[in-house]
Amino acid sequence: MRIAIIDTSTTRAAIIADGLREAGLDDQVVIDPAGPLVAQIEACAPEVVLINLENPSRDLLEDFFAMSRALDRPIAMFVDQSDAEATLAAVDAGVSAYVVDGLAKQRIKPVLDVAIRRFQAFSRLQVELAEARTALADRHTIDRAKAILMRRRGIDEPAAYALLRGHAMRSNRRIAEVAEAIVTSDALMGDLP
Amino acid sequence: MSNETLRIGFLPLVDAALPILARELGFAEEQGLTLELVRDVTWATVRDRLLYGHSDAAHMVAPLAIATALGRDRPAVPIAVPFVLGLNGNAITFSTALGTACGLGDSLGDPMQVGAALRGVATARRADGHRLRFGVVHRYSSHNYMLRYWLAGVGIRPDHDVEIVVTSPTFAADALAAGEVDGLCVGEPWNSIAVDRGVGRIALATAQIWRRGVEKVLAMRAEVAAERADATARLIRALHAAAAHFVLPESAEESAAILARPAYLDAPAEAIRRAITDRVRLVAGGTPVHYPDFMFQYREAANFPWRSQAAWLYAQMTRWDGRAFDAAEAEVATATFRPDLYRVALAGTGAPLPGASSKLEGALGEPIGAGSTQGRLVLGTDRFFDGRAFDPDDIPGYLAGLP
Repeated sequence: MRIAIIDTSTTRAAIIADGLREAGLDDQVVIDPAGPLVAQIEACAPEVVLINLENPSRDLLEDFFAMSRALDRPIAMFVDQSDAEATLAAVDAGVSAYVVDGLAKQRIKPVLDVAIRRFQAFSRLQVELAEARTALADRHTIDRAKAILMRRRGIDEPAAYALLRGHAMRSNRRIAEVAEAIVTSDALMGDLP
Repeated sequence: MSNETLRIGFLPLVDAALPILARELGFAEEQGLTLELVRDVTWATVRDRLLYGHSDAAHMVAPLAIATALGRDRPAVPIAVPFVLGLNGNAITFSTALGTACGLGDSLGDPMQVGAALRGVATARRADGHRLRFGVVHRYSSHNYMLRYWLAGVGIRPDHDVEIVVTSPTFAADALAAGEVDGLCVGEPWNSIAVDRGVGRIALATAQIWRRGVEKVLAMRAEVAAERADATARLIRALHAAAAHFVLPESAEESAAILARPAYLDAPAEAIRRAITDRVRLVAGGTPVHYPDFMFQYREAANFPWRSQAAWLYAQMTRWDGRAFDAAEAEVATATFRPDLYRVALAGTGAPLPGASSKLEGALGEPIGAGSTQGRLVLGTDRFFDGRAFDPDDIPGYLAGLP
């Protein structure tokens, strides 16, 4: 069963391809998002197409499938509706599946399950990555704020940190926010007495 | 009145204005509604979010709402259209080369004359094996039907003499620039952006093809519209108030600035303001020309979902999908438009409420007073460019008379 993967994120496409391979679904084609979409789909003649929900080519793809049906060509695909719950889970995860007419329900299910799990894992990774980036940026701002306090107040690092932390707790703000305010203030008024 | 939240899907187009302004200018709040707007770049995704409950309502091309209710390309889901978000507001833009070949002038041309010139070019291009290619935003879009109606009416056979393909509105200018298409029928501001980038010139406004052509609608799952009847009515009132505000000349500047924001259209405010004020810049650097009723959002009960509008779209759908007329399907398509929900929501507000739910489309040559159960209603000319009228009670007869 040939599966085509269309994704605006090449990283996610690779993660899905990898997941399908692990599940023993080896016959797959990753579509090059920079190349001509319809020509690539026609060339690989898939039985299942996985596409990210927010892909800007979805209207074009659906039009192509509708045209294929009218012309009685082999790539006549429909939105997968074989398992309402799985379809809903797929849309929730951000992936849409098209299948050729007559493909057995039990053959589609494992493909969809892998796609859903991999899409969810990818979203989690992105959230974690964003959090890690924020944490790193926070760390950097806090270090700069500590250095400013140490210099201007003539205190040591633990005291500077305690000052930041104490103020954050009293004003119900994050330490990074207080640090940000100090860095901004220093940038604007640092040379004033 | 308890506060209720509705999520509304939309595509970044000027005619997504009413839900956006209802949210930003307090019209929703006045009705005890919180609107969350969900932006997408394809109609397929707007539709999927609506069908799978990611959104409660959607800004949608009218024919797609009908195609979804009829189960074209997928299992049918009953859809309710209680409100029309706007009439027209689209244009046909040629590549600069095609514009020159067709001798486009510095004002909007006559649809018959532009059509005759295009027929000459299309015939030549077909003879040398490189048919002209036009882009539309979706298979089931008013753009597709307006373009095809015009082409067929001037003796150019869609799919034979010229190709028609699907192009995402946000990439319309790119498709013209890359030579992927020779022309487009797309909503604003994407025509203006193509013109401003110097890759296209506007040939016609769709309002020239059908003076009162139905365009975007508010689509809901019929089940949701019934279960949340009160919230639906409040939404209709909020959108109606937003429409009244949107058409005030003094509001254009502010509306354009709101729509231009990255969360909404993410497009230049100036191009948006031109569309809102019915001004169209035909050629890069040119002075915008004023074309009255280029977009039509409020007057003449423009938001009223006439069942005859749905019937016209169904007629075009059977025409271009190559299907036979089916009375049962025609009934499903027509019943998708819900004047009953519009009337219930706006009863007692002073908004004009037409007495009828269906009318002869394209029959009015001049403004005429129309029967109403509330308020005073005057309908303006609603002509098709070829002078043909559409009787919703005789779709087979209408189809038989088309070229």
